[in-house]
Amino acid sequence: MPTEQPDHIVRSYDEQLRRLRDMVARMGGLAERQVHDATVALVRRDAALAAEVVARDGALDQLEREIEAFCIRILATRQPMASDLRFIVAAMKVSHDLERIGDYARNGAKRSIVVAQQPALGSLNGFQRMSVMVQENLKLAIDALVNDDADAAQRVWAADEPIDDVYNGIFREMLTHMMEDPRNITAATHLLFIAKNLERIGDHATNIAETVHYAVRGDTLPEDRPKADASAYAVVRPPE
Amino acid sequence: MSSTTDQPAALAEGASFGNVQARSAATINAVSRISVRHLDFYYGANKALKDINLELPDRQVTGMIGPSGCGKSTLLRVLNRMYSLYPGQRAEGEVLMDGRNMIAPDVDLNELRAKVGMVFQKPTPFPMTIYENISFGVKLHEKLSKSQMDDRVEWALTRAAIWGEVKDRLNSSALGLSGGQQQRLCIARTIAVRPEVILFDEPTSALDPISTLKIEELIDELKRDFTICIVTHNMQQAARCADQVAFFYLGELVEVAPAAQMFTAPREKRTQEYITGRFG
Repeated sequence: MPTEQPDHIVRSYDEQLRRLRDMVARMGGLAERQVHDATVALVRRDAALAAEVVARDGALDQLEREIEAFCIRILATRQPMASDLRFIVAAMKVSHDLERIGDYARNGAKRSIVVAQQPALGSLNGFQRMSVMVQENLKLAIDALVNDDADAAQRVWAADEPIDDVYNGIFREMLTHMMEDPRNITAATHLLFIAKNLERIGDHATNIAETVHYAVRGDTLPEDRPKADASAYAVVRPPE
Repeated sequence: MSSTTDQPAALAEGASFGNVQARSAATINAVSRISVRHLDFYYGANKALKDINLELPDRQVTGMIGPSGCGKSTLLRVLNRMYSLYPGQRAEGEVLMDGRNMIAPDVDLNELRAKVGMVFQKPTPFPMTIYENISFGVKLHEKLSKSQMDDRVEWALTRAAIWGEVKDRLNSSALGLSGGQQQRLCIARTIAVRPEVILFDEPTSALDPISTLKIEELIDELKRDFTICIVTHNMQQAARCADQVAFFYLGELVEVAPAAQMFTAPREKRTQEYITGRFG
């Protein structure tokens, strides 16, 4: 449950922390939109939208730099302690995760431009499903940070497995397409990377959730997170 | 914001900041030099300390923080029985050092204060020469020859990191030194009688930032040989100097923890609010 704290004696400090919270929320919203639009561009074979996603990535990078500079400024001038310190460090870490998420979305958008020029490879439902799940987790993780909600963060942290399951399905499907007809290899390879990008974005959402947990509770979640990405063993099983 | 996490141990093991683990382990493993047990203290009818239980680990720095009137300076005054000078002030409970209760009436105060030295907020040099400031206290406790005394004065001034600045003017008045130098002289005077414990009551609040850092560096140096307890209003100073930190509020010891834990993830809500500047 999110818990309320009294205000700081110095009000401008509260304002700075509020502003930092807003910046991270804004960046989270933008990252989410990038993931959303990149997937729509892929599914609708919409090269123009994909190009927009690529162009918008600069805004995320810019926000990351702003958040980092602002955090450093607060650290230098306020010497924050305890929950404030944890929140500021969390904001900085989360902004790096979001920047990375933006990179994956941009990369997916670029690849979707190539995919759009290739013959269609069956249904892209799996991508859509995976993207929706990833966006949902991302949104919950950012909301958890903004609301100091460690329980919500823990739910996100534990909810990455279904994403891995969909990814494994896509992985096998793409291998099948490639084995059926070598002409599918170009599109299937790009699609594999796009799926991997989405899976990585999901991992960053769980990173954010871990960071939120630390910011709110002051302790860390266990090292072993539930995972189901088995694609590393999809073709060749390593010896037991 | 939840500050009532019930897993401090998990924090110490898992937190990724600095050397949380090393520091907390060091604090836990250290032998206790002074044990305060169920200590109550009264100014007349006013109860200023309530059931304090605190261990001062051997050769470590314990920082005491809390708002004005919380009892931290009172506790310091109990540790070397400064309060005995005032009628109407009394302590109940135990302050154990080497198995003896130092607040028992039969304890020789001079002996106690040779073991537990104190450095005050404002530098308090005696109106004497620099040399005499150091030798004065030593003479009360020991009979030393001239050359032994010279050695002791040099040793104390060297340990207090001021020897280089005063060695050519040992016979000038101590009052001619700067504030920071006077404070280091007072530290030299305190360690000259070779105490086991040194109490610092706001030792840098009257000093400029550079002199402050010199005192902090000195405290770091001194903890190799002495057990140190420092009362400070400056939270960053406690964070920089202390191995363990105790937070007092309204005469109670609210929380004691390794410094790294105290300032990143305190357990108690009141501590959290105080150190983040949300108090009042």
